Amino acid sequence: MPVALVGFADPVLDAQACFRAVLDAMARPGSIHQVGGTLVAPASLCPAAAAVVLALVDGETSIFIDPAFADAADWVRFHCGVAPTPDASVAAFVLAPDLPDLRSLSCGSDEGPEDSATVIVQVAALGEGAVYTMMGPGLQYPRTFRATGLPVDFVARWAENHKLFPRGIDLILCAGDRLAALPRSLSITGG
Amino acid sequence: MAYVAVKGGERAIDNAHAWLAEERRGDLGISAIGLAQITEQLGRSVDRVMAEGSVYDTDLAALAIKQSQGDLIEAAFLLRAYRTTLPRFAIAEPVDTANMLIRRRISAVYKDLPGGQILGPTYDYTHRLLDFALAAGTVPPPAAEAIAPEAAMPRVADILGQEGLIEAHTDDGREPGDLTREPLRFPATRDVRLQALARGDEGFLLAMGYSTQRGYGGSHPFVGELRVGDCNIEITPPEIGFAIDIGDVMLTECALVNQFAGSKTVPPQFTSGYGLTFGHAERKAMGMALVDRAMRAEELGEDANAPAQNIEFMLYHSDNIEATGFVEHLKLPHYVDFQSELETIRRMRAETGQ
Amino acid sequence: MNEILQGYNFAYLDEQTKRMLRRALLKAVAIPGHQIPFGSREMPLPYGWGTGGIQVTAAVLGPNDVLKVIDQGADDTTNAVSIRRFFAKTAGVATTTDTATATIIQTRHRIPEFPLSENQILVYQVPQPEPLSKLEPSRGETRRMHALAEYGSMHVRLYEDITRFGHVAISYDYPVMVGGRYLMAPSPIPAFDNPKLHMMPALQLFGAGREKRIYAIPPYTNVRSLDFDDHPFCAGRAPHPCGLCGSETSYLDEVVVDNKGGRLFVCSDTDYCETRRAAGHVGADA
Repeated sequence: MPVALVGFADPVLDAQACFRAVLDAMARPGSIHQVGGTLVAPASLCPAAAAVVLALVDGETSIFIDPAFADAADWVRFHCGVAPTPDASVAAFVLAPDLPDLRSLSCGSDEGPEDSATVIVQVAALGEGAVYTMMGPGLQYPRTFRATGLPVDFVARWAENHKLFPRGIDLILCAGDRLAALPRSLSITGG
Repeated sequence: MAYVAVKGGERAIDNAHAWLAEERRGDLGISAIGLAQITEQLGRSVDRVMAEGSVYDTDLAALAIKQSQGDLIEAAFLLRAYRTTLPRFAIAEPVDTANMLIRRRISAVYKDLPGGQILGPTYDYTHRLLDFALAAGTVPPPAAEAIAPEAAMPRVADILGQEGLIEAHTDDGREPGDLTREPLRFPATRDVRLQALARGDEGFLLAMGYSTQRGYGGSHPFVGELRVGDCNIEITPPEIGFAIDIGDVMLTECALVNQFAGSKTVPPQFTSGYGLTFGHAERKAMGMALVDRAMRAEELGEDANAPAQNIEFMLYHSDNIEATGFVEHLKLPHYVDFQSELETIRRMRAETGQ
Repeated sequence: MNEILQGYNFAYLDEQTKRMLRRALLKAVAIPGHQIPFGSREMPLPYGWGTGGIQVTAAVLGPNDVLKVIDQGADDTTNAVSIRRFFAKTAGVATTTDTATATIIQTRHRIPEFPLSENQILVYQVPQPEPLSKLEPSRGETRRMHALAEYGSMHVRLYEDITRFGHVAISYDYPVMVGGRYLMAPSPIPAFDNPKLHMMPALQLFGAGREKRIYAIPPYTNVRSLDFDDHPFCAGRAPHPCGLCGSETSYLDEVVVDNKGGRLFVCSDTDYCETRRAAGHVGADA
């Protein structure tokens, strides 16, 4: 199938800008960054999620794409040079339309907690909606964070993930051309 | 007293590099050495630099040797740094050394064997007498030539394998690791170990191989076979679907035959240590094979107490680019740390009243 | 902006290598203080001379960044000059010696005296990322010790110093606990700099090229220098004011000025010293 959509307009500098946004998002949990604004993404993907995939995924890693994003699979295969894995439990990246069951994904080992999944979740909105309070590395004081589209039991599910630390899953939340990140080191209350 | 903080790092570097370039060129009354002279007349240096630099390109290796004033580790480093910038077009098919176009092939375990013993261009039986005729520029007479034998030259390991006397190696279908893309992890599998050794320092492999012969992890080696010659490199582009020949590389392969008493599950049989390196590099291939076998001690249920049998020790110290960088980095300024030590020692001396 | 060297990718590394580094960096930030193995590449500078820091900087750097490079606290030491030139040539980025205007600071052996801010990244060059290496040479074994947070041997080593000397005798690369979980080597900064690691507003990234490890301290992260309740961590400086700017608080270099025991003490952080002098501070030897 021909892939009609282009990737980054400037593959080097756009990837760098997107990575820096994700790095800062991960280092300052809850901070919201704009990425991928000019990117024409496959219909089901928001520009931010598409940009994160382009910036971080290639043939030397692995990605699981939720069936809801089936229209993006060929685009990812073409631009990232990687065939998506059908097995989410071994994937380094998981691209999902809503929060997957984190227990079904790779959370790394005691010796290699970095061998764990980074989940790119598309949510309805960032900066509005349910209010969460977060504390952990990257935050001088407890900080509130708002998002629409996380499950109602998110705080409980996150607590289970956080409890595994230093193992665990890291989240990148994307909505439109905005993203925020929640590293496993974070404790979250509220919701 | 007026003191001005030291400035001039920029100018010092520029001046140092200019001096280095002048020294490298040497006396302008003597003609500059050409890359073709290096590839043609210093072939063993070129081979070593290609092996340790992990790039098979005689012209680039010659340039690196010229640029480094013949410092072969520095030359290998130049190739390694260049290698980092090269894109990967394809991954080659495994090289078949049984089909090598042989220049030299000897076996120490058989008096004669199919294909025969071929001494080839070796220093082995030269008398090490400085050749003043060479200094005078005497042109050697042409060497005798013969038609290459048609007979196949099976590898000694395959001959022993027909009788089941040597351990069998079968393809487990697993993709080999690649240290140039992935960091070393333990336990390191044999493919990764061999890759590290093939890039490893010749002197290190020589010394560590030697140590196994002197009793630090010995395994009674015989040179089953040592062969030197050219092998085809083939790639299979996905859009074509079959292998195509993209050129030849000269390789040296050493297959040791080592004693093994057998274990609960394996009958007594010979085992092997294996060495393979770019170019004509017998010392390196043999050192590599000795060390490879020593590193298999644990796998074969032998005691593993000698340095050459310690896989982590061997793999972390075989790379001369890493080693030279870290040893030589001691030349960098360390005066901040030294100052902190000075203060600590002064404080401790003051406390003890000395 | 500087002119970019032709024939090489922006910031030297190819994009696939940068992605590998970037993936490792994100995990490093998510697991503060934990060493992430990465596929370190051969750089055109030798191992041990900053290849880890250079790879981290190359992965992070963008065209709008302003880069400062220091070695021993100084911008003009030869290796700092060499690395700054490397990025000016391969990325064309603006460079500076001014700590406040830099967005990325690559350092060897020092943390700047001026506090860093939230929009800065500090990249450390790390020769030996394994804090346990002097106690246990096998990396297979130290990896296991980190997995189990089994750090008793380090406490024993510090306690032996105390019983022998009355205090801990480690003066640089003084081990720290990050986020209460991982023992971490802060790189060979003087112990004097250790308190700056704690709750720093800037993101701190550590690259060890030869040892092929990356690790990080996110902003505002708890970093504690190992100590005991009855022997709290303390690190000093030479007991002198800076001869040039008169600072009583900065870390000092000791300069030998003659053969008769003459010494001059000056700030190791050259930008700090120059900024103070420009503001009118004068030391006794200026």
